[in-house]
Amino acid sequence: MNRKFRPGAVIIVTLACLYFLVPLYATFQFSLQMRRGELSFDAYRSVLSSDVFLRAFTYSVVASIAAIIVGVLLIAPTAYWVRLRLPKLRPLVEFLSFLPLIIPAVVLVFGQIRLFGSSSILPLTTTEIGTNTLVVAGYVVISLPYMYRAIDNGMAAIDISTLTEAAESLGASRLRTIATVILPNLRSAIVSGAFLTFSISLGEFVIASLLNRPAFGPYLVQLGEDRAYEPAALAILSFALTWVLMGVMQAFALRKPNQRWLRRRTSAAGKSST
Amino acid sequence: MTDRADAMHPPARRLSVPRKLWDLLGLVPFLGFAFLFLVAPVFYLVVGAFQTPDGTFTFDNMLGLAAPNIANSFWLSIRLSFASAALGTVAGLLLAQALILGGMPAWLRQAITTFSGVASNFAGVPLAFAFIATLGRLGLVTLILRDVFGWNIYASGFSLFSFWGLTLTYLYFQLPLMLLVITPAVEGLRSEWREAAESMGASGWQYWRMIGAPVLAPSVMGCFLLLFANAFGTLATVIALTGSNFSVVPIVLFQQIRGNVLYNPNLGYALAVGMILVMLVSNLLYMLLRRRAERWQK
Amino acid sequence: MSQLTLRSVFKSFGATAVVRDFKLTMRDGEFLSLLGPSGCGKTTVLRMVAGFESPSAGQIEIDGRDVTHLRPAQRNIGMMFQAYALFPNMTVGENVAFGLKVKGVGRDEREARVADMLRLIGLPDLGARYPFQLSGGQQQRVALARALAPQPKVLLLDEPLSALDAKVRVSLRTEIRQIQQEMGITTIFVTHDQEEAMSISDRIVVMNGGVADQIGTPFEIYNRPTTRFVANFVGTLNTFEVKVVDPALGRVTLADQPLTLSDRPLGARAGDTLSIALRPEALRLGRSDAHETTLPARIDDVHFMGSVIRLRAMMAGVPVSLDTFNRPDVPPPVPGSMVEVSLSGHEAIVLNG
Repeated sequence: MNRKFRPGAVIIVTLACLYFLVPLYATFQFSLQMRRGELSFDAYRSVLSSDVFLRAFTYSVVASIAAIIVGVLLIAPTAYWVRLRLPKLRPLVEFLSFLPLIIPAVVLVFGQIRLFGSSSILPLTTTEIGTNTLVVAGYVVISLPYMYRAIDNGMAAIDISTLTEAAESLGASRLRTIATVILPNLRSAIVSGAFLTFSISLGEFVIASLLNRPAFGPYLVQLGEDRAYEPAALAILSFALTWVLMGVMQAFALRKPNQRWLRRRTSAAGKSST
Repeated sequence: MTDRADAMHPPARRLSVPRKLWDLLGLVPFLGFAFLFLVAPVFYLVVGAFQTPDGTFTFDNMLGLAAPNIANSFWLSIRLSFASAALGTVAGLLLAQALILGGMPAWLRQAITTFSGVASNFAGVPLAFAFIATLGRLGLVTLILRDVFGWNIYASGFSLFSFWGLTLTYLYFQLPLMLLVITPAVEGLRSEWREAAESMGASGWQYWRMIGAPVLAPSVMGCFLLLFANAFGTLATVIALTGSNFSVVPIVLFQQIRGNVLYNPNLGYALAVGMILVMLVSNLLYMLLRRRAERWQK
Repeated sequence: MSQLTLRSVFKSFGATAVVRDFKLTMRDGEFLSLLGPSGCGKTTVLRMVAGFESPSAGQIEIDGRDVTHLRPAQRNIGMMFQAYALFPNMTVGENVAFGLKVKGVGRDEREARVADMLRLIGLPDLGARYPFQLSGGQQQRVALARALAPQPKVLLLDEPLSALDAKVRVSLRTEIRQIQQEMGITTIFVTHDQEEAMSISDRIVVMNGGVADQIGTPFEIYNRPTTRFVANFVGTLNTFEVKVVDPALGRVTLADQPLTLSDRPLGARAGDTLSIALRPEALRLGRSDAHETTLPARIDDVHFMGSVIRLRAMMAGVPVSLDTFNRPDVPPPVPGSMVEVSLSGHEAIVLNG
């Protein structure tokens, strides 16, 4: 019940806000100065109309989405299965999921390049498909801790084993249970894991750069070396994109199961679920 | 003997062995993936770190980490991580205290927490661009300080592309991260403790010295280590700010992978293992301290 | 050994008045409970005595000294909270010694006092343990020892039992009462549990909406509640509408049967309707010469509670609860059966508020 107003606290919070906001303002202001003597959105126009940008961005979006799909398919069933049937193996799975927090991406990709190099039994780095596979696998690995935590927390919140037993005691098959009971209840957890993966992978630099893929991260670094105003514009765009992703994620995380995004979908979903 | 044993086990029990195997099969995709893309690559490096190029066991690579150029980059990495983690810890703790105990309005707290969620993920290249636009040679703050306050920070020795410039940049994701991870601990300081202390005659200072600080200490230490590891692994921000000139450990490793600058692949493996060791130790200590702190939070 | 006086204490948070015109005088060594539903202002009163809230108006005195504007640290009080108030970074011994240490008591005396206190609460060997190694009940005992160690003038207990299991709650409240009597310390106990308040208090203040509705001994509060709220809040109550026949003599009728109230409705006039209340134990199953009136009733429900059987029935058009002792040789009536219930006017409580 310490609700007293403290001047020291005001100073600290003000300083923090300045530290947080001034770089954003500076970047924004800088990004508008491409045309000499007046403010314009030229830098944004220049970036967004560049083919190299579009290609790099598209590559990263596709790779991130692939990483999300692989990650969800890999982690959701595993987390479910471990909670339901193999609680004894939980420490192992948790350990593996949190390992990427200890292994920096640069080390990870180093090992992958050597392990899957031209002289190995599985020479992934020699083909384009193989390298792309490695990029996606790398993104899955670096986002593994976040994806696993999001999904596992989601399962903890709804008490997965009781729900499963309840559904099965009512005569539902295992598949039906998963499709109609477990997944709908996990949707917000999966979505937040997916957005985290997306925001981690989209601007990722180290893996893409070392595997020589034309992704958004390496493009950004190159742009930073060549240009002055466009990088600022892209920084602002990335920050805005991260904000939007976080916002969407929070909306999903806070959403109650019976809330729907669109009024019209309510009736449609109501019909199809009966 | 066998008859009796059979008779004692109901059929369901006998089915349980294959069923266990079936259960294990469910983990094969995950374990397979983790082995192939996480465990095996790391294992490859660890083994390589203890081998000569022709495959015999040796400690030379690990000892090679003591060579001046490598030891220097470790020392630089450790100092940079320490400085940014220490700064982030102190600033984040102060901010958390101010927000939680300072009577700030709820909307402001909510706004700063949400912002921190975004900013702690805002490492990497865009962050570097933002700081170049702020504190670079032509950055907004640099120009304002020069033109309005008559203080040319670059003339007085500051550079964004130096140790302290990097520290200040790292702080942009360290501070929010600290705020996010320390908030539960600061909120865990129960008002009953302060009131009980006050009712027994303790001053505010005595409360902080004897209860508040000791209770927070393990969490703060733990978070410091988390921040340390976070900074230690940072690579993209450094590259975008300084190219490859600032030879922290990840940069050296990056260069080594690109072009074998150490002229010894196995020394590169040792460098990777050294990095893993630093990360491992700080993360393990973090988890230990967090467990200790959680024990008290009950 | 102290007296505590609250003189017309008011407290409001913003525009909402939480405590209004609260007056109380406590004698030395008295155990007083503040009883009421959540939000009635009982905790606010306690926190004003402790000094964590300051009254908007009025005065608080301990032993004749005005403490209204003193900080908690200057008031010499001991306080026990709902739960989890032990300092987690200190052992049990260090927790109990805290108040003494802050006051600058020397090490030897401190250790002796801590040992005394731990013996008093029956945990003499747990001084080296940490709070997280104790059960909830043990933690609260240590909290009591910690509050008592600096020998405060007043002991303030803020629902100290509410986080505990039912069994521990009962045994610990008896223990708190014993220790309190042993030390003779003036004590305020905040609770929303009327049974708890009844069983250990010298006096009870029943609070409702920031106002002290009634102050009295448990016996007075239970048997002679002065407001409808108190009557309802404390124990179970059967309420009836009666018709006044002769207010001066206390004559009324209930379902056309005569009753004589010893609690005379002096303000009422003949022909008025009046609410009276009877406790479940005042309704007697069967015809009885010791009672004034007998009415028919239909049994709805039978709850076997051990030594007592509680019956729910319809009588005079209202649902009632009545208690009867269990007798192994006489089975209780079955639901649906018709019974007779005896009652007397002098056991009735006239409800006027």
